[in-house]
Amino acid sequence: MSLGLFYALVGGGLFALGLAGLILQPRLLGKILAFNILGSGAFLVLVGLAQRGGTPDPVPQAMVLTGIVVAVAATALALALTRRLADLSGAAVLPEDDARAPANPRGPDGD
Amino acid sequence: MAIESVAPLPWLVLLPLAWATLSFLLGPSRGAGIAIVGLLLQAGLVLLLAWQLTTMGTQHHAVGGWGAPLGIDLVADGLSVVMLLMTAAVALPVAIYARAWFVAKPAGAAWFWPLSGFLVAALNGLFLSADLFNIYVTLELLGLAAVGLTAATGERRAVAAAMRYLLATLLGSGAYLMGVALVYGTYGSVSLAVLGGLVESLPVVMLAAGLMVAGMLLKTALFPLHFWLPPAHGGAATPVSALLSALVIKASFYLALRLWFGVFEPLAAVSAAQVLGALGAAAVFWGSVQALLQARLKMLVAYSTVAQVGYLFLVFPLATGTPAEAAAGAWQGGVLQAVAHALAKAAMFAAAGAMILGAGSDRIDRLGGVGARLPLALFAFGLAGIVLMGLPPTGGFATKWLLLMAALETGQWWWAAVLVGGGLLAAAYVFRVLLAAFAPVPEQGRVTGVARSLEWTAFALATAGVLLGLFAAHVVTLLDVGA
Amino acid sequence: MNRWASVAVALLCAVLALALAWAMWDLPPAPVALPAQVAGSLAISGVEHPVTAVLLNFRGYDTLLEVGVLLIALLGMLAAGATPERMTALPPDPVLEGLARLLAPLMVLVAGYLLWAGAFRPGGAFQAAAVLAAAGVLLRLAGPVTAWTRPGRVLRLALAAGFVVFLAVAVLGLAQGAMLEYPRAWAGSLILAVEAGLTVSLGLTLAGLFLAGPEIPRGGPRT
Repeated sequence: MSLGLFYALVGGGLFALGLAGLILQPRLLGKILAFNILGSGAFLVLVGLAQRGGTPDPVPQAMVLTGIVVAVAATALALALTRRLADLSGAAVLPEDDARAPANPRGPDGD
Repeated sequence: MAIESVAPLPWLVLLPLAWATLSFLLGPSRGAGIAIVGLLLQAGLVLLLAWQLTTMGTQHHAVGGWGAPLGIDLVADGLSVVMLLMTAAVALPVAIYARAWFVAKPAGAAWFWPLSGFLVAALNGLFLSADLFNIYVTLELLGLAAVGLTAATGERRAVAAAMRYLLATLLGSGAYLMGVALVYGTYGSVSLAVLGGLVESLPVVMLAAGLMVAGMLLKTALFPLHFWLPPAHGGAATPVSALLSALVIKASFYLALRLWFGVFEPLAAVSAAQVLGALGAAAVFWGSVQALLQARLKMLVAYSTVAQVGYLFLVFPLATGTPAEAAAGAWQGGVLQAVAHALAKAAMFAAAGAMILGAGSDRIDRLGGVGARLPLALFAFGLAGIVLMGLPPTGGFATKWLLLMAALETGQWWWAAVLVGGGLLAAAYVFRVLLAAFAPVPEQGRVTGVARSLEWTAFALATAGVLLGLFAAHVVTLLDVGA
Repeated sequence: MNRWASVAVALLCAVLALALAWAMWDLPPAPVALPAQVAGSLAISGVEHPVTAVLLNFRGYDTLLEVGVLLIALLGMLAAGATPERMTALPPDPVLEGLARLLAPLMVLVAGYLLWAGAFRPGGAFQAAAVLAAAGVLLRLAGPVTAWTRPGRVLRLALAAGFVVFLAVAVLGLAQGAMLEYPRAWAGSLILAVEAGLTVSLGLTLAGLFLAGPEIPRGGPRT
């Protein structure tokens, strides 16, 4: 097994681990970390699988650099929203009621 | 410069990027004027491109002059151009609406213009890109712009909805990126043109296709992956709701369509297509019933989107492994549904926003008197409803007719039942709003007038949704270019 | 989520990991060999390092959009707003502040080197910007730099400058025939100009992702 393939296999595992974390972690910080693990998994597969033959390939390396910057941006936005949500609602978790959006006749008026 | 030498492809991306940046430089809440000028120019460019397509066929642009697979190619075929026309036709009226809206309700106005400029650039970029990794970047640009716009009112419900939306959209693009990684590893290229001749039924490619399509289902909010959509679309500022429901979910649907019937066609299985169709049918019923149960007008409209997304996915069982003629009809019907829903739903959100502003509440049982005070907004809402129901001669009718014919031709009558039943349910929730709006005013003079442009833009969008039915043949001709 | 649903999710993810491993095992070599094409065109790309050539020339369009992604992340944060009342303040620390004032110029120097080195060895605008951003974060934590609630005109210009330069180069390319097509003779200089602009703007944007927020009053916590 080449080193590239080894990275790709680890990447596949990290991706699945991140996926499970994103679904199962109740707290937002956990979900954001899980997303980063998922993303790192995909990056490892991108560079690892492409270079499994041992030839360095600058194309996936550049793509991963692009991907990392995108992930940084997404993580920053996620953290900012988490902080804002915690400030507004007192907890860094997603409220259950908003997802189901019940037909609540006594709720406050929106816009 | 002769008009033939103008290259619309790169400008369709550069132009919205330019006005987005300019409005950012101008500062908070500024830039409505340049946005509207930019979108007018964009509409002109798309019409020019459509003309080029009908006279010269599919258009290409090799970014950087390299050409795929070393560089990134932009390609405009019929499907791309129909999506670009849809984007321009929705974004321009919504921008005019937003200008008036943020005067009445400033919450969420500060960075609306730069964010929506990037959103439009991402949509155009996605529809034109012929490179799987470049599409990933446009997907993220689109998703983050949409999330930022959702959160922009800064209130608790909107921020929670934006957070949920962000996690869903990141998971969707994460799955897509994993697919891209597997495809690059297998074939050494991410160019759609190069991959078109290479893709075969290997396990690794099946996994890649599965991950990419699943990611797009989540981003399109196909039942049961729709959980994030109603709070986000129902909780954002109204111009944002219109952009999200009309355009943003169509981008991921377009990509699912492009992949399924494009590079991954050798793998497309009838059984998987039937599953997508079944989820679509479930979405139609679940979304419609939920829409009927909502107390708030914008939540009703948002659940209507969950239902309407269902119809889009009937394309897959009707056009996978079926005779060529029926498949072509289903494909045309599916794309027309994307466009008809975009126009009607933007109109519906715009009209709903005007009505809510007038009534001072977004509760359906407090809409009494709106019919008398804001007849144009209500008329626009009703017209948009007729498009969604699929009554002749609207764009919704053309859509349903094509899908219905495909269902009967291929002997899959159960999808026909979904189309008819969904139309009746749509009628029920639309009439619920109309009845509430025609109810007498509880107290004297409670409904106030709104800026005229809020009503007129809603009416223009709804009318476009109706007229689409009359021009469906033209759209179908355009769609056939390069298909 | 109940226990059984959690177990089911975990099992499905484990199956996915195994499926990925099985699918990736023993793949034949890829039919398209891009490294050879990159090497073949490197001489006319304007830079000597292949990754930089891909990032700023062959796939420069990805990078252009990616800079947009960073900018909208910042815009999204600013749009969502901040809640000043709930921020806690940092106690003043003269040692930390002194150290930060000492380190910041060094970090700017390192960033400059990374930018210059990117043309022929690992480095480049993003790495340089990351170091600049780290300097910004350090200065913020130590005190001298204050948070942004709403970037003023000068700051907005600095934030957008890199993107504007990149966009202008993309438009200039159209005169050559294609968006982002560099004239051969000018490729190296134009890429350096783009990278210099990006270093400043990305450094500020990345720092801004940390700095955007309510002003934290110094000296004594407040709740």
